[in-house]
Amino acid sequence: MAGKEDLKLLGLLVSPFVIRVRMALSMKGLNYEYVEEDLFNKSELLLKLNPVHKKVPVLIHNGKPICESLVILQYVDELFTGRAILPTDPYERATARFWAAYIEDKLCPAWIGILKAKAEEERAEKVKETLAAIEHVEVAFAKCSNGNVFFGGDSIGYLDIVLGSFLFWFEALRRMYGLEIINTSKTPLLAAWAERFGGSVEAKEVVPEADKAVQYANKLHAAAAVKLVSSE
Amino acid sequence: MAGGDDLKLLGLWSSPFVLRLRAYEYIEEEALTNKGELLLKYNPVHKKVPVLIHNGKPICESRVILQYIDEAFAGTGPSLLPADPYERAIARFWAAYIDDTMLPVWNKSSTGKTEEEIAEGKKQSLATAEVLEGALRDCGKGKPFFGGDSAGYVDVELGGLLGWVRASDELHGVKPFDPERTPLLAAWSERFGALEAVEPVVPEVSRVVEFGKTMWKARLAAAAAAGASN
Repeated sequence: MAGKEDLKLLGLLVSPFVIRVRMALSMKGLNYEYVEEDLFNKSELLLKLNPVHKKVPVLIHNGKPICESLVILQYVDELFTGRAILPTDPYERATARFWAAYIEDKLCPAWIGILKAKAEEERAEKVKETLAAIEHVEVAFAKCSNGNVFFGGDSIGYLDIVLGSFLFWFEALRRMYGLEIINTSKTPLLAAWAERFGGSVEAKEVVPEADKAVQYANKLHAAAAVKLVSSE
Repeated sequence: MAGGDDLKLLGLWSSPFVLRLRAYEYIEEEALTNKGELLLKYNPVHKKVPVLIHNGKPICESRVILQYIDEAFAGTGPSLLPADPYERAIARFWAAYIDDTMLPVWNKSSTGKTEEEIAEGKKQSLATAEVLEGALRDCGKGKPFFGGDSAGYVDVELGGLLGWVRASDELHGVKPFDPERTPLLAAWSERFGALEAVEPVVPEVSRVVEFGKTMWKARLAAAAAAGASN
């Protein structure tokens, strides 16, 4: 099975959503062709295969596209044997899905909002939202991990991937704004988990240096500034 | 259903998310403004309905609940999600689209604070309906439902909104599934609404309209109070 599948991934090296998929594929021992997209100049292939959102990641399996990182993670988990990504028990799966949805719907827009904020006030608001959300995730970790080292138990699982993919961006935000989203005093469990995740073989394979994220953020800010000027 | 399982559902009749689930022991929540103790205990994170309580354990978020029901009760009755992994991925994609892209846009067209915002919301709502029309055409492949011959995950996701879809014309002067712009969706919505499992559960248009108007007045009052205190 592994290596014989026709798998292609359209991605971006600094996208946490793409990193999630790369971790999952790697955990299943799958080979794939990786195509780096330029989001400032999207390829025809990307626009054709993800016409609704025009975003990465897009996994193309035997010519058929699958979009949205959480949908792709579940697809890869259900189709390919090997390491389980989601738990097997229905109630534990429901818990994992609930927190993944929370991370996507509450935490994610908040921290991305810090980057996108056009004014200090807006940024401060987003920082507040991010810190409030991460506190809930700290509680989630206590409940889900059951005293184990990862959300998924002994080894990395669905929620570890979903949240872990953000960590290098959190470090980038610390370097850019002096902001600590996860810290040892307010979120001790997550701080310890973050160390473990960052040091894991799975993460080291695909997670880039935080400076790459800082560089990308600067690029985004520069582009936004150009847009603003040209629209005046 | 599965004998011996203790299932309770905390809900609010007007909530589209609750409409998706029904059956079992149903506990009507007072209203959005008067949240019961059970709700606050079982959904401390969001404090929202629906909450399914299975043998004392809570499950929250309608998409999570739907998949839980499908998995925990696999083998008893029809599946909500397709069996094929690729088709499941497509179904999950469209369910996410409905909740994360379409619904916020629909809300904008009813909660917008300025004429401009509301008009923009309406325009975007029509655009999302057209995208979904395309999805029904491509996924449905001429079959009556997104799920094929029978209603499935996406049908239930979208169908939960039926009460509001029907009331929308009276409340906002917009037909979300306009028979001219989105004929497949208009036909689908009649068909889904007529299903035996669905028909008794969809709230009456007049009740939804009344509720919508009350919420609108409450929102205006809150905005005025906030404005007055500035």
